Amino acid sequence: VTASPADVATYALRLGDDALVLAERLGEWCTRAPEIEEDMALVNVALDLLGQARALLTRAGELEGRGRSEDDLAYLRDDREFTNVLLVEQENGDFACTIARLLLFSSYQVELYAALASSADEVVAGVAAKGVKEAGYHRTHAGEWTVRLGDGTPLSHERMQAGLERMWPYAEELFERDALVERLVAAGVAADPDALRPGWDRHVDAVLAEATLTRPETSWRPTGGRRGLHGEALGHLLSELQHLHRSHPGVAW
Amino acid sequence: VTKTPDTPLWEVFVRARRGLSHVHAGSLHAPDARLALLRARDVYTRRGEGVSIWVVPSAEITASSPDEKDQLFDPAADKVYRHPTFYTVPDGVEHL
Repeated sequence: VTASPADVATYALRLGDDALVLAERLGEWCTRAPEIEEDMALVNVALDLLGQARALLTRAGELEGRGRSEDDLAYLRDDREFTNVLLVEQENGDFACTIARLLLFSSYQVELYAALASSADEVVAGVAAKGVKEAGYHRTHAGEWTVRLGDGTPLSHERMQAGLERMWPYAEELFERDALVERLVAAGVAADPDALRPGWDRHVDAVLAEATLTRPETSWRPTGGRRGLHGEALGHLLSELQHLHRSHPGVAW
Repeated sequence: VTKTPDTPLWEVFVRARRGLSHVHAGSLHAPDARLALLRARDVYTRRGEGVSIWVVPSAEITASSPDEKDQLFDPAADKVYRHPTFYTVPDGVEHL
């Protein structure tokens, strides 16, 4: 089975949007992190994700065949055209929320990129092969903080648990499948979401255990990001991201 | 940024390449050794500067005092014969 270029374009856009939106969120910590060293750490993670997003959006633009560049896709789409999961667009909340989200997302990205390193699409495979090391570091960073806050003081434990509860329901959407994913799994382009789940569970559970945190129980599974159905928060994020480019079309600096 | 008083200072040493020594790169604040190592990676090797990092609690370093500078270092200033360039090599000596 060979994948259609349009399908691969949409898939690359999904992964690129995930990385782009989380890069923006982490960038919001710049000059606001608890310590200057943490400031640099979070922005380094953001820059890794931005690099992944650039390559993936460029690939999506090529395959789409409408002549759109990475900048066109990042700056000139409205929120309904963004295909990121809801997890990455959630507002940062406090530091514990931010770390909880990074743990959930990077643990997923490690499994995803490890699988995609052998994708039939060579650009996706290339991004994944490089990105798996970056995601591995993000996961380590988030895990170290999760353990320190969870197994820290009663207050830090409470806030880390609260951050985890806040972000947890959005993790389910990471493993969603739809017709497009089915076609691309069959064509060897996409990773099978079910195959990513055991590794994710194992790693997250191990970190939570060490952090003396409780794995949240929830039946609420917000979804819709892949179809462009987002929360209000994404609109605000995009207005900041896109404002300069839209006010001064084609501006370069 | 105000620093919480219980976040200790660490000295960071980075080895640029295999075969070279670790060289002092700077210092940073971190709550423990593991985070100091991760932060050193983020602060001091983000442009590909290193292949290995050491972090040492700054409090564990014993430093010479500026007050002792004269007696520790000045006596070496006039011992020119300790430099190989002090000795003239006779013409015709090979393999020296």
